[in-house]
Amino acid sequence: MSNNTEHYLADHERLQDKLEKNWLSEKRLSALSGFEQNGFPNTRQENWKYTDVRAIARGDFTATSDAEVSISHEEIANIRFNDLDCYELTFVNGKFRHDLSQLEGLPEGVIVCDLAEAIEKYENLVSANMTNEAESNVSSFTALNTAFVQHGAFIYLPKKVVLEKPINLLYLAKDQETNFAAHPRNVIVMESQSSAVVIESYIGLDDSQYFTNAVSDLSLAAAARLDHYKVQQESMNSYHIGYLKAQQHKDSYLESHSISLGGAIVRNDIHSQLDAAGAEIVMNGLYMTSGKQHVDNHTRVDHLKPHTLSTENYRGVLNDRSRAVFNGKVIVHKDAQKIEAHQNNANLLLSDDAEIDTKPELEIYADDVKCSHGATVGQLDKDMLFYLRSRAIDEDTARSLLTFAFAEEVISKIKLAPIRHRLEYLVVGQLPDADLIREFTNE
Amino acid sequence: MAAKSENVEELVRKDYEHGFTTEIDADTVPPGLNEDVITFISKKKEEPEWLLEWRLKAYRHWLTMEDPTWAHLDIEHIDYQAISYYSAPKSKEDGPKSLDEVDPKLLETYEKLGIPLQEQKMLAGVAVDAVFDSVSVATTFKGKLKEAGVIFCSFSEAVKDYPDLVKKYLGSVVPTADNFFAALNSAVFTDGSFCYIPKGVRCPMELSTYFRINASNTGQFERTLIVADEGSHVSYLEGCTAPMRDENQLHAAVVELVALDDAEIKYSTVQNWYPGDENGVGGIYNFVTKRGDCRGKNSKISWTQVETGSAITWKYPSCLLKGDNSVGEFYSVAVTNNHQQADTGTKMIHIGKNTKSTIISKGISAKQAQNAYRGLVKISKHADNARNYTQCDSLLMGDKCGAHTFPYIEAKNSTATVEHEATTSKIGDDQLFYCRQRGIKEEDAVNMIVNGFCKEVFKELPMEFAVEAQKLLGITLEGAVG
Repeated sequence: MSNNTEHYLADHERLQDKLEKNWLSEKRLSALSGFEQNGFPNTRQENWKYTDVRAIARGDFTATSDAEVSISHEEIANIRFNDLDCYELTFVNGKFRHDLSQLEGLPEGVIVCDLAEAIEKYENLVSANMTNEAESNVSSFTALNTAFVQHGAFIYLPKKVVLEKPINLLYLAKDQETNFAAHPRNVIVMESQSSAVVIESYIGLDDSQYFTNAVSDLSLAAAARLDHYKVQQESMNSYHIGYLKAQQHKDSYLESHSISLGGAIVRNDIHSQLDAAGAEIVMNGLYMTSGKQHVDNHTRVDHLKPHTLSTENYRGVLNDRSRAVFNGKVIVHKDAQKIEAHQNNANLLLSDDAEIDTKPELEIYADDVKCSHGATVGQLDKDMLFYLRSRAIDEDTARSLLTFAFAEEVISKIKLAPIRHRLEYLVVGQLPDADLIREFTNE
Repeated sequence: MAAKSENVEELVRKDYEHGFTTEIDADTVPPGLNEDVITFISKKKEEPEWLLEWRLKAYRHWLTMEDPTWAHLDIEHIDYQAISYYSAPKSKEDGPKSLDEVDPKLLETYEKLGIPLQEQKMLAGVAVDAVFDSVSVATTFKGKLKEAGVIFCSFSEAVKDYPDLVKKYLGSVVPTADNFFAALNSAVFTDGSFCYIPKGVRCPMELSTYFRINASNTGQFERTLIVADEGSHVSYLEGCTAPMRDENQLHAAVVELVALDDAEIKYSTVQNWYPGDENGVGGIYNFVTKRGDCRGKNSKISWTQVETGSAITWKYPSCLLKGDNSVGEFYSVAVTNNHQQADTGTKMIHIGKNTKSTIISKGISAKQAQNAYRGLVKISKHADNARNYTQCDSLLMGDKCGAHTFPYIEAKNSTATVEHEATTSKIGDDQLFYCRQRGIKEEDAVNMIVNGFCKEVFKELPMEFAVEAQKLLGITLEGAVG
């Protein structure tokens, strides 16, 4: 079964030599042996049926390069969300950069720091909230992340603390000599009745080839609320694998927005476990693909207890020779009555060479439920096009406008105005006649 | 009270009314599967050399395959060596020439099942091919059909009388190596129906095959091949029952449909194999490969199925929409009660231009049953203006059952329009209340609501079958309420 795993084993040995031995060492090793056993996923596995990761396996990305990358404050200023006042943790090529981060003015008791620091200082909190590799649906990429776990964000909110300012996690990638692999790990722990907004931004500053293998562990205690944004703008030559695991307790509320724009091969996994009554997750997603991009979004919600809710709305716009995959799974477990779960996936195919594979799944083992899902594949409405054309808007602009409107359905649900505006700007930027559209849509 | 409880008992006993066995002398080969058994079957049926070769090839390929495990089913391991692959009622030297020569016991069996093999009786508008264990025992209305040019006979006869047609189309829709059960069937299939509708002919009556498993320890492996030549039309019905036994019996059939230019095939199934008792003991394993090939322009294939029986159902009647403007349809009601499991659905493969498909699937699960819809809608790169509409609804009765949906959509053409919707819920309390308030008994109310839920599918069935299907539904869900 081993395919290209040797490279990672050797790389891991180099990492072991560098790191001090601590409580994580053993966990890293056992995760590595798990990865060695399973190797990279392949298309014979149902979960990876439509996504071939051999290119990533062949890439021999290394996580232990010592190369320093110079990056200026101006470079970062350009990609920041305009006028978004936030705390910021910045990582460059997978390594934490204190000099580029901004953590001043955190309320008392709130912890926001690099994971490496947290591993030393808050062993109990970190170890209790990291995803257990033994879980059945965790892929070997997650094991690989654990094997190389080092940097990332650690966020802790004590009881009843409402964090006013969002936390922005900036993962930047910039050219360096070796093909680097980053395995960022975000551990977010929310105590009861706390509330926060966390943004994960993955941005490629040039068109270099690298591999990001991110894992986020979210733990929401009773009545906690988290607004989570993931904005993925990796370089068009890079590979991005992301896994988000949420453990949700009574009356907790998670809103997940996932916007995928970059990357050559991208896979996003979201897995939420609604573990007590009143827990709710809202998943909102947009993927826009062009060129030869391959973007795969997998979501899974486990309704473990009665009175839990989930809503999902994912939209895709596919251009050129790109391919997108959507797989949404809702599992209502035994005796989890009074469930409401709704799921929707709509796709716009703009090119004959593009391909969409979508699979909304329902697995239901209780009877008092209201579950629905829908999936559509289609093209721009002819009547709408005609309406615009009859008002002297040329075809390209009309198409762009309608495409934008299609994507806006997802973007408009984003409550933070600076992020919404920036995403609108980015989405329009991908369409023909971008300037004209901006004129139309400027508020 | 006493009278009432008696009534209930009667109902319970009535659960599966076709569960009797017929005592009849039968030729049965000992259990086991090897090349000798296949050669034996082939010899017994006096098949030509090429067919034996075809079977052996399938068998050799089957040996390299593994049981599929991807379905959402819990299947006990099947010992393929413990099954007898051939069982036929003993008959006189030559097979019966006409109905008068058919063993009266057999006729009685079909009479009991409500399938008249006497041509003059009611249901006279339907020609029946009766398959008993491994062989076809009788085909009615042969003469009348022949006048119209329609060939309708048992598969064994077809091999002898129309070898060219059989050779041309056999395995052309479901190749021998298609899947595990299709390969097994190709190796050991014993009988089935063959039907050919010549150019421009509209078949004058409904054709039907009635399958009956009687012998124990046997499997039924039949093969049906229907070819509708240019501009023809045929409606075909299929029914099945089996005795009640504590063991699981395997039924692995293959059905191939070929529709040439402007032809239309309507294939309806009412599947009522023995589902096992309420503890999940016994019942038929119904692992069937059904596929229709819309080979010609403007052709149409429509599958309608009502699945109420079988311990486990594994079945995906599919359409290959190759011809331009061809149409595929799939209407299904799958009911599972007690410990029944079903993993059923369809595949619509759009290849030609302007192809259309419709999928309406209704799943009902009660008690501890598991019911899954699994479907694939595939729009190939050159299938311009393809259109699909899918709706699959599930109804849950009881808090221990399960309903699952696994729809796969793969679209590679920007002019494709694919829609999928699915809902899962239980019978609404307000609907029930409305009925109860108007003096309708709870049981009747549930029956009404369930029938309404399935109406879209039932209306696709030929009249006699629709009535039958509604009755069946009532019996299958007996005791599932409250």
